[in-house]
Amino acid sequence: MNIGTRLFTYAAPARFYSLSGALVPWLWVLAVGLALSGLYIGFFLAPVDAVQGNSYRIIFIHVPAAWISMVLYLAMAFWAAIGWAFNARMASMLARAIAPTGALFTVLALWSGALWGKPTWGTWWVWDARLTSYLILLFLYLGYIALVEAIDDTKRADQAGALLAVVGSVNVPIIYYSVRWWNTLHQGATISASGGVKMADTMLMAMLLMTLACWVYAFAVVFMRARAIVVEREQHTAWVSALVQPARGA
Amino acid sequence: MSTPRPTTSVVRPPRGQENSGAALRFLERSLFLAVLMRDLRLAARRRIDALLPLVFFVVAISLFPLGVGPEPQTLRHIAPGVVWVCALLATMLSVQHLYAGDQADGSLEQMLLAPQSPLAVAAAKCVAHWLVSGWPLILAAPVVGLWFDLSLPAMGSLVLGLLLGTPVLSLLGGLGAALTLGLRSGGMLLILIVLPLAMPVLIFGAGAVAAVESGQSAAGHYSLLGALLIATAMGAPWATAAALRISTE
Repeated sequence: MNIGTRLFTYAAPARFYSLSGALVPWLWVLAVGLALSGLYIGFFLAPVDAVQGNSYRIIFIHVPAAWISMVLYLAMAFWAAIGWAFNARMASMLARAIAPTGALFTVLALWSGALWGKPTWGTWWVWDARLTSYLILLFLYLGYIALVEAIDDTKRADQAGALLAVVGSVNVPIIYYSVRWWNTLHQGATISASGGVKMADTMLMAMLLMTLACWVYAFAVVFMRARAIVVEREQHTAWVSALVQPARGA
Repeated sequence: MSTPRPTTSVVRPPRGQENSGAALRFLERSLFLAVLMRDLRLAARRRIDALLPLVFFVVAISLFPLGVGPEPQTLRHIAPGVVWVCALLATMLSVQHLYAGDQADGSLEQMLLAPQSPLAVAAAKCVAHWLVSGWPLILAAPVVGLWFDLSLPAMGSLVLGLLLGTPVLSLLGGLGAALTLGLRSGGMLLILIVLPLAMPVLIFGAGAVAAVESGQSAAGHYSLLGALLIATAMGAPWATAAALRISTE
């Protein structure tokens, strides 16, 4: 029965499952394509930096990973809150699917940042405002994952996780403004709404391409994880049983 | 027989004194005061249990000079951090029992069934926890400061910081306790959830003492601690009430 597409059409796990199944291969293709082009421009076409030489090129992994990790946290909090407010279990499932990817991007940004910091700042780590608040973001992700995994009752787990995620989302603006509010070793904003762009065009292009690549990759991976969560939670339904045992007759 | 009165509180006047004044009636109808007085009374009856966080605080702090060495300059440097971290851990350990006992015997659900909002319960529990567990830490801080050879201004800064910061820790701890109510892995999970939220308090509290020790003004740190207190006092009880509703459904 075709009801057309309404705002809550894909709040139904079955419809989400079929849509995401169709999208995931294309998302992977797009992510790989964007990543290859971004990395090519970043490593071969972008000019050498005046101060840092070639070691700045890790920016094409570090900054996109950091941006996407913050976006993913806000997305996770958003979907968890939607699931709590509207009692929409698909939204809560999506929030749970986002959390591990967000945590991994945070680790990637921290790791690449440390690798970048050693040759340029002379240290792997420093406890300034930006790095400390970003480490807190990682702990918030881990806390969310731990909380929802610790509660057996799925509805209570979803709601408790939503509360925690929303409370923790106050950290994201703190990370963003930390370089403005405090005197930090981490550099200030190179791209800002008021100040415009302070980097070369090819560097900017490569960074935007890599950001898009990370974003599309996040979509692909989150959808795959969400599909697994859907099948697990809806295993008592007819459509999932049909998926799992298609060979048996009707 | 007097006309039946709704029994919505746990504080009841002795028979024959039902009409003994507006103040007592207010006390009866105020869920916040009822829960607060009940918790304080319970803590007074179990004084040893109530003082355990203080003992943990003092013992844990005393480990650091043993581990780091008795050099006074080093101790003066690490003192604020050590005191604040141990205050944090002592608070996290003591909030675990905030709601667990009441949930176990069913009185938490009764409190939440009251016509008043669960906000009263959450706020009362946090205030009671601070009065019972937070104040001993504040009062013990000067003694601990002596162990670490802190100067008088630094000690004062430590006490003021704890005065502003321990309510925040109680509020955040109450939120964590409500979220992790009844879970197997409660203790560790509570610490993991609350610690990231409590890090700013730790940073500014310890930073205030460090600033005073190096001769600078700690006014900025106090202002930020005060701001954190206000923001947490406005947000955490509401979030804790929501968490209580989630955890008892």
